[in-house]
Amino acid sequence: MLGLTIREVSQALRENQVSPTELCRRCLEQVKKTRYLNAFITVTEDQALRQARESESRFLKGEPRGPLDGIPFAVKDNFCTENIETTCASRMLKGYVPPYTATVVQKLLDQGAVLIGKTNLDEFAMGSGSTDSAFGPVRNPWSYSAQYRERTGADPHSDWVITGGSSGGSAAAVASLSSFLALGSDTGGSTRNPGALCGLVALKPTYGLLSRHGLIPLVNSMDVPGILVRSVQDAATTFGVLRGVDIRDSTTVPHPPTPSVLSDDIDITKIRVGIPKEYHAPGLSPETLSQWGRVADLLERAGASVEQVSLPHTQHSIVCYHVLCTAEVASNMARFDGIEYGHRSTVDDSTESLYATTRHEGFNDVVRRRILAGNYFLLKRNYEQYFVKAQKVRRLIAQDFAQVFHAGVDVLLTPTTLGDAARHRDFIQEDNRTRSAQEDVFTQPVNMAGLPAVTVPTALSSRGLPVGLQLIGRALRDWQLLEVARWLEQRLDFPAIRLSRDASDVEREADFGVLISPARKTGRPG
Amino acid sequence: MAASSAGLCAVVRSIKNKRSLHFLSFSSQNVHNNIFSGSFGTSACHHAKPQIKRKASSRLVGVVGLEIHAQIHASTKLFSSSQVCFSSPPNSSVSFFDASLPGTLPVLNRRCVEAAVMTGLALGCTINKRSLFDRKHYFYADLPAGYQITQQRLPIAVGGRLTYSHLVSHKHSQVVDKCVRIKQIQLEQDSGKSLHDSYRSQTLIDLNRAVGVGLMELVMEPDMCCGEEAAAAVRELQLILQALDTCQGNMSEGQLRVDANVSVHRPGEPLGVRTEVKNINSARFLARAIDYELQRQMAIVESGGTVLNETRAFDFKSGQTVPMRDKEGLQDYRFMPEPNLPPLILYDRKTVPGHVDPRQVVLVDQLQEQLPELPRVTRDRLVKTYGILPEHTFTLVNTDGLADYFVDVVQQTRAEPKKVIGWVLNDLLGLLKQQYLSVSQSPVSASTLAELLDLLEAGHVSSPAAKLVLQELWKGSGKSARQIMDEQDLGLLRDRSEIQQICRRVIDSYPDEVGAIRAGNRNVLNKLIGQVRRETKGRADPQLVRTIMEEELSQALPPGQTT
Repeated sequence: MLGLTIREVSQALRENQVSPTELCRRCLEQVKKTRYLNAFITVTEDQALRQARESESRFLKGEPRGPLDGIPFAVKDNFCTENIETTCASRMLKGYVPPYTATVVQKLLDQGAVLIGKTNLDEFAMGSGSTDSAFGPVRNPWSYSAQYRERTGADPHSDWVITGGSSGGSAAAVASLSSFLALGSDTGGSTRNPGALCGLVALKPTYGLLSRHGLIPLVNSMDVPGILVRSVQDAATTFGVLRGVDIRDSTTVPHPPTPSVLSDDIDITKIRVGIPKEYHAPGLSPETLSQWGRVADLLERAGASVEQVSLPHTQHSIVCYHVLCTAEVASNMARFDGIEYGHRSTVDDSTESLYATTRHEGFNDVVRRRILAGNYFLLKRNYEQYFVKAQKVRRLIAQDFAQVFHAGVDVLLTPTTLGDAARHRDFIQEDNRTRSAQEDVFTQPVNMAGLPAVTVPTALSSRGLPVGLQLIGRALRDWQLLEVARWLEQRLDFPAIRLSRDASDVEREADFGVLISPARKTGRPG
Repeated sequence: MAASSAGLCAVVRSIKNKRSLHFLSFSSQNVHNNIFSGSFGTSACHHAKPQIKRKASSRLVGVVGLEIHAQIHASTKLFSSSQVCFSSPPNSSVSFFDASLPGTLPVLNRRCVEAAVMTGLALGCTINKRSLFDRKHYFYADLPAGYQITQQRLPIAVGGRLTYSHLVSHKHSQVVDKCVRIKQIQLEQDSGKSLHDSYRSQTLIDLNRAVGVGLMELVMEPDMCCGEEAAAAVRELQLILQALDTCQGNMSEGQLRVDANVSVHRPGEPLGVRTEVKNINSARFLARAIDYELQRQMAIVESGGTVLNETRAFDFKSGQTVPMRDKEGLQDYRFMPEPNLPPLILYDRKTVPGHVDPRQVVLVDQLQEQLPELPRVTRDRLVKTYGILPEHTFTLVNTDGLADYFVDVVQQTRAEPKKVIGWVLNDLLGLLKQQYLSVSQSPVSASTLAELLDLLEAGHVSSPAAKLVLQELWKGSGKSARQIMDEQDLGLLRDRSEIQQICRRVIDSYPDEVGAIRAGNRNVLNKLIGQVRRETKGRADPQLVRTIMEEELSQALPPGQTT
């Protein structure tokens, strides 16, 4: 039951095979059973059960609100939720309870979906591993899968792999069957990256189609709420609910009208697929490369036109992203000064020292370094040289995409990540900045251009871990992108996760304090 | 230390020498003649003649530019739907956005855009059909987001001018037209208000104003040379803003806040180092602060010293400017485009794209057509239409409702406008001021005054008696002017025999004066006539009194004497 797609479980709810309350209880139980994943920062059990009961009464009356009524979902902890703690996985916002709910979360609640909790992430969404959280790292549920154990013989206790990030908690929640849907945010790949590493469908819609009101920003000009689900159809359903102009977000735009249900079978011979040659990046794993080739062949054999295209400025994307991201981070983080809300230092000799110590205590190294770099780039003497230049290159990157699409290409097919998920102990050998630069290489240019992109789980690697491929679409043509993704999904036959780890083992280990990160209990050492 | 403040350490320290060179040739200044004399208000510069031709290059002149923050008169804030209300309880009018809660986004208030466009049009600015918003960063407790949203790169309006008139000479009887260029008008958010409690070492923050109330920042070029000019420019701007209703313009309530950039130099030489004078809450103090600062700087320069580039506050008690512990200092504001607001696009009716709902956009040409008459135009019209003196029109236009009142009276009376203006400016305004009333609160309506002036014009009442009638009308008994005149017997006394009797009585009581007149001193006649006026409470027809008096004096002449 818990492994079903939204479409399937919604059908089950309608046919009374399961009640919303029962479904909610089972998800909450699964959350408890998989606590070792550290996917959740807050579990909203009471509220979830209340919402489930409300949903149940609607079903009993025969008046469910729509395809999401009664569906348990999780939300990345950088979306504001009224009366529910929202931390951004930072000491800065520990204990912060927003007085309002983000538009996209509210839309799900309005549809009757049941919020079961807030998920873990890299602090303020800065990272690509979900390893830099004030609440400790998130573990990839596939670390505990039969597939991973059987093929590698690895001991998940020491060889557990990362989820990717920064929306790792959301990805883990869906992959571990704790929820059917999770919201992430995607600034440089933060939804698609963990989506790919956790074997999920992860959609980053066109910038402006989903409201950012209530999403605590990383980079305002690139942030997009992301959707993590188990099927393309579910992504389309959720996208259909979330999109729309929001008067509280002046950057939202209307979406062209689309059918209510995604077509299951498009004429693939009418689709032109571009393979960007620059995406043959150093570090691309042979397995991912071969999957990329396999899927391209699959499309070609089915009659799609598959051609090599060039995005010459893509190589500069990461360095530009670094400048633009840190600049906006420096600006966006300025509000966290301990005056109005959030952490406040006890050092109050002067307003300045209060600011300085509050911010030093509240932010981790990653955030502080980005603030420092961003302020440097924004200095009057550096602004032209860095910020303006980066914006110009950003325009060139966007034009690369525009030219390819203008030439008639419908979608681009690329890898989502360099390879499958890294072991945590390997991943942390490099710092956050290095990892982000490596891991975001295929996902990040899309954010520069504001385009829609979706990652589709493709196959398991030789280690038994998911490998995903990314489809990039034209601006505002999210629906067409999803149709191609749906076509692929049906032919890839990606296996379901077999969670072999027994909950009782976990509970036992947790009792000894082995698996629960110390950071979770005591807070990150300042 | 916090990483973010590390970024602040590297401040740019070269503001001093960065200003472009404006060679303004204001000659003939006498400001430095009364350095620290204490008579600040009188150092107006244009009417000072270049009496002594000193070597031109040795004369220091003042250069004054203004930065004016005008709070936009709107019911809600610039980027949120919080109410705007002066003196509401602290922090009672704060939206989530105003408190900069994470995840909130700015939404631009249409009314504020319209106000800025109207103000720009009224000042002859070019309206930028596309303007941009920027973030200006600095840490201060009353700036909760750590940045202010403003329009640094591409403001909504640029390149206008403000023509203002300046009354000079002792009696303020000469009107001089001056002009100051407006560099730009930009939309920005106001910050919060800090109240420093030094006793408890606490700072209290009120966010009612914060990140919210829309401001128009008007930047004026340094085209002024003294405090009086600056004050006159600000007063004219106040009138324009009030006429447009884009800002209420009350300086003491902070609706209009003026910072003055002041420097001195010798004409032909680059501008001197400037100071910025803040904390000025009236036009009068503005003039005093600038003049004090000019004199201070001139004294420094003349004694071979160097003026520091600093921010100074005006202390109205001492009339001096004092260095301010500056929250901004020489700071790098790290400007950055505001990513949450797309470019602000304005249209004309003809350029609105088909798919855009005209109600969703601001139309510049439509606002242009809706502009009300501006104060300068009103003044010219009053001069041309009614033949009154230009200097009289200032009081008429500067006093809320007075020009309309005047026109109302003129339209209802047969009296000449030139006569009406005296009654309105002296008698009516005098009574209003005595009781701190506004024109709209006047107990004497325009039509009542018009009726009184008609009685005067028709010769039913003398001028002094009419003033007594006005006093009675002021009490608001509801009686008409004529009723009061009749009841109190204030009508013009034209009965020849009655006047004759009074004249004779006066002649009898003043034998010495009569003697003097008969000895040929005709001037003394006026004294006797004045006595008659007193006895009749000013009611007697003055013409008739003179005639009769002359007759009586010649008739009573003893035989053998001639005048």
